[in-house]
Amino acid sequence: MAKEVREYKDTWESEIKGLIESKFSGKATVSKTETRRVYVKADRSISFDLCKFLRDDLDFEHCATVIGVDMVDYMQVVYHIDNYTKYKGVVVEVEVDIPNDDLHIESVACLWGGANWHERETWELFGIVFDNHPRLERLLTPENYEFFPFRKSYKLREVQ
Amino acid sequence: MAQNECQIPDTIAIAQGAEVTKEMVDQYNAQSGQMDMDKMWIIMGPQHPFSHGLWTLKICADGEIVTDADPIVGYLHRGWEKEAENRTYPKIIPMADRLCYAASMTYTHLFCMTCEKALGIEVPEKAKYIRIVADEINRLQSHLMWLAAVGTDLGNYTAFLWASREREYWMDMNIRLCGARLTTNYPRIGGVRNDVFDESTRFLRDLYRCCDHFDKSIWELINLIDNNSTFTSRMIGNGIISRERCANLGITGPAARGTGIDYDIRRDDPYDNYDKVDFEVPVLTTGDSYARYMVRMEEMIQSVKIIRQAAKKIEALGEKAPYRLKVPSKIPAGRTFCKLEDPRGESMMYLVSDGSDQPYRLKVRSPIFVNVSSSKDLLEGCRIADVPVIMAMIDMCLGETDR
Repeated sequence: MAKEVREYKDTWESEIKGLIESKFSGKATVSKTETRRVYVKADRSISFDLCKFLRDDLDFEHCATVIGVDMVDYMQVVYHIDNYTKYKGVVVEVEVDIPNDDLHIESVACLWGGANWHERETWELFGIVFDNHPRLERLLTPENYEFFPFRKSYKLREVQ
Repeated sequence: MAQNECQIPDTIAIAQGAEVTKEMVDQYNAQSGQMDMDKMWIIMGPQHPFSHGLWTLKICADGEIVTDADPIVGYLHRGWEKEAENRTYPKIIPMADRLCYAASMTYTHLFCMTCEKALGIEVPEKAKYIRIVADEINRLQSHLMWLAAVGTDLGNYTAFLWASREREYWMDMNIRLCGARLTTNYPRIGGVRNDVFDESTRFLRDLYRCCDHFDKSIWELINLIDNNSTFTSRMIGNGIISRERCANLGITGPAARGTGIDYDIRRDDPYDNYDKVDFEVPVLTTGDSYARYMVRMEEMIQSVKIIRQAAKKIEALGEKAPYRLKVPSKIPAGRTFCKLEDPRGESMMYLVSDGSDQPYRLKVRSPIFVNVSSSKDLLEGCRIADVPVIMAMIDMCLGETDR
């Protein structure tokens, strides 16, 4: 039942970096590493496979967040994925660019149940569609809302 | 959305004499699980004694057994993250206090920590220890408020009164530290707002007294609850969730440690000076409501231990040591994230800065937002009477959930 828990070693980050870059050569690059942090820039076509690889092969059990960022020229989805056992305390940040004219990305809710609501939230606030999501409905805003309020094109009313 | 709609048979045609075929009945039953006569959706909230705050829990009950649950949040959605994009960094500090009213200091601390990491500065040693003390005081008062709420949920008013009474001492410590009880506005980017060595407040003297008092009174609370079958019989063995499922659903904090996930950000991914204080992380493997209760009680004992050590370190550093740095108002372009062990779980902030004095994007990861999304797994198979107990063990806080 209990999985092997390992003590922190400063070689972990380079180990993860090597594994990711050899598996997804050209499609995912590790932009930088810090203590317990690995920053990955991934192509949209392999984002789901990368997440699946992290979960199944490297034991990343916990998806902390799915974040949407509106960069005006394009959108981004950022995942933060934590490890509890094999690389205890390590967080992998996966950054995926999405073009404005095709706001679709594969959902990871089937891999981590914890990503479910984060994806719903990102969809309702940014309009990024998560394909194969079990239930992509509005969560925080009213059901009849017709715009995506966290986009940069949505301006707040100024205080007089 | 189309997924939730169920097709109701053409009732007018049936009333006019159209034949009702078996296929129609089967199709109706298959599509409208919500309308089966043996199952009933019960809507608890938004105004309901068990919901601490404004949210709704829809539960599907088959007789007395819960078969499905659907939490609805968002009543308190203020667009916090969007508001933050239109404010300068120091102006976000009081706003961060309002994310969680029970432990406001943790979010302010987290925000300041994220900005400091983005700026690449190291805060003074004394400020780090003061923040540890402040965080642990907030953890204690948050856990005590949870205990008071559990007391009323489980029908024991004494627990409510005793826990509230103990919480007042820690509230007083908040006042001594920064002048406010709840929305403290105390940490600053680069340190903390004011020093703790003040003759008029005598913060450190009273902090030790408070710790000594709490060492005794926590056992009063534990004895009150552990020897009381009103509590234990309702907590033991209900709301069980496995370790794997818990990790997959993203449940963090005391609820996760109750299922055997041996992970505490303070120890496993240390921030500030948590790696220089000695404490234990309580972990239980049963995964029921009682385990979550036990973990929180043990955490309170450990918090007092941390406070004592950190206070000694502050005393050793003395009055002359700096507690705050001057920092530039603009943060260079880049991306940063920080994690912090909130009383309720793992909270996190993700900052995209563009070189100006306002954040480009600031995302808050709230532990409760994820924990409450797993209500279906926690509640499935329990009785309706157990719903308040199981949900109380999540320790709802709507300010951070809805943001």
